[in-house]
Amino acid sequence: MERAAYERLRWRCIRRALLELDITLTRFLDSGEFEKLNDEQQQAFIELADMEDYDLWDLLTGKAEIDEPRYAPILALLRKS
Amino acid sequence: MSIPVLKFDAVIVGAGGAGLRSAIQLSEAGLKTAVLSKVFPTRSHTVAAQGGVAASLGNSEEDHWTWHMYDTVKGSDWLGDQDAIEFMCKKANEVVVELEHYGMPFDRTDNGKIYQRPFGGHMSNFGEKPVRRSCAAADRTGHAMLHAMYQRNVKANTQFFVEWMALDLIRDEEGHVLGVTAMEMETGQIVIFHARATIFATGGAGRIFYSSTNAFINTGDGLGMAARAGIPLEDMEFWQFHPTGVAGAGVLITEGVRGEGGILRNSSKERFMERYAPNAKDLASRDVVSRAMATEIKEGRGCGVNKDYVLLDITHLDPATIMKRLPGIHEIGLQFAGVDCLKEPLPVVPTCHYQMGGIPTHYSGRVVMPKDGDHSSIVPGFYAGGECACASVHGANRLGTNSLLDLLVFGKSAGDSAVEDLKAGRAHRDLPKDVADKTLARIAALDNRKGGANVHETRLAMQRTMQDHAGVFRFGDMLKQGVEKILEVEKAARQLEIKDKSMAWNTARTEALEMENLIEVAKATMISAEARKESRGAHVRDDAPDTAEFPNGRNDKEWLKHTLFSPVDNSITYKPVNMQPLTVEPVALKTRSY
Repeated sequence: MERAAYERLRWRCIRRALLELDITLTRFLDSGEFEKLNDEQQQAFIELADMEDYDLWDLLTGKAEIDEPRYAPILALLRKS
Repeated sequence: MSIPVLKFDAVIVGAGGAGLRSAIQLSEAGLKTAVLSKVFPTRSHTVAAQGGVAASLGNSEEDHWTWHMYDTVKGSDWLGDQDAIEFMCKKANEVVVELEHYGMPFDRTDNGKIYQRPFGGHMSNFGEKPVRRSCAAADRTGHAMLHAMYQRNVKANTQFFVEWMALDLIRDEEGHVLGVTAMEMETGQIVIFHARATIFATGGAGRIFYSSTNAFINTGDGLGMAARAGIPLEDMEFWQFHPTGVAGAGVLITEGVRGEGGILRNSSKERFMERYAPNAKDLASRDVVSRAMATEIKEGRGCGVNKDYVLLDITHLDPATIMKRLPGIHEIGLQFAGVDCLKEPLPVVPTCHYQMGGIPTHYSGRVVMPKDGDHSSIVPGFYAGGECACASVHGANRLGTNSLLDLLVFGKSAGDSAVEDLKAGRAHRDLPKDVADKTLARIAALDNRKGGANVHETRLAMQRTMQDHAGVFRFGDMLKQGVEKILEVEKAARQLEIKDKSMAWNTARTEALEMENLIEVAKATMISAEARKESRGAHVRDDAPDTAEFPNGRNDKEWLKHTLFSPVDNSITYKPVNMQPLTVEPVALKTRSY
């Protein structure tokens, strides 16, 4: 991923509406795990990061069902980060 | 160097609740309105407000705005201005009904009215018994509010500048405000927004503390810009804290955990609340619990390497009960403390939540400051609303659900006043020749400095200093040391260095610019807190205890006054509290007890 595109994604992860997501997403990016993902997985992460805060938080905490199979492994990584 | 100039009737900085509400007034009046935001509007921190918005609609039981006013004055520990409080409480029904018309999906009663629920501190008949006054949209009130207002703005042709950061307020020699300089994050380009009216709605600055429930975005940008432009900050010593946030993260742990039998312990596993509140123990009021926790930490009985937190123990409770009655707590423990709370206690610390002080405003939303002997002289062209402003309705402590009301009422009021002033003929004034020099110099200094201070380390030093020296329970000696320490941190904050010099999406630069705002707020808070020698509302000092002469440590004779911190020379002046409401009798001083 190009630097500018990554930095834009980073900004959208480290400045969320909810503190819970600020912490979770910042930690994930800082852990270097994002770079280890393949293109399809990176795309899945980008889609998750693009969600409304409560929608993403509900997926992370299991309050909402994951209806997109590509998201499951990424959400699992986010929970561990 | 030529800087692009964009001309608008009004520029609004911040797209949370207050910014969006004021933008509606301006755009619907046909004025060309720009809204700048560091993030997409529905990612603003207003989203996190779950509780509801207070309005004495009386849908569930009898209610009256004068009762709401009484509760707000009492909640403020009589530091709130009673004209502003009357204005807000009286306007509450109107702004809530307007929001309903914008499409806000409020919870409903069976007969279709807005459903109202009780909330702490809201009472009927001047403090007699709890009343149902909070209007909510499930547990997503702030979120739903932003969506409704954003849509309304789109319809009204408000022009949004998303992922732009305002950097400095533009003032001319006569003190008029003419707009802001701002940076487009995508390109790093600096642009001048030249406006007839400038409205700040930038939210709070809770990130000055090490433990804060505030999202990372709450860096007090409006307060920093105002301070750099020589505008004083009011009542910055007053910050609301929650007793139990996850240590190191800030994520809130509901008070229900103690309600279900959770026990607070210190480093020797002692149930310390037995010493502070022998009867209520861990179920004592929020203030008492926070104070006890702060005292344990101050006296060296905290836990961890830095001895800076205590433990909340629920390991003795039945795991099935925890999972059923306290949903989410297990997940929060795992995710943010790395602790399985069924097996180990959770690290917790009193955590900053809301800023009562801010940019001084009249209840019309116009910014005011001392000039020629008048302590509330209007700063022409400048308005503010929401958490960044101090009207002052929250005084020394805010009542729950009054924050969303504040941003609706004063967002609208700031917008209305701007419309009124512009229609009365306020024109674009000439930009000063050196209009962007200070901004460009700040950016250049960041880009060129070598051997300067690290942003992350400086922020951490500031947050630790604020948490240790000006936290929920304050000690005279610690505050004195805190002033020296924060002035040291300020020196570092004036000498920040960034490694990344690129133009596009330079988040390192943005974070450095945010740090320059945070330090203004931190300094104002510490110096204002050290100076106020009484206890009042959320400002509680060990050396101003509860006595017969000064109940709760409050000293009205000497301290019934607003603090004004001047960023120009770090000095403090005071101005009187307005005890005279607009149309009703004043709420007379008495001891605040619940």
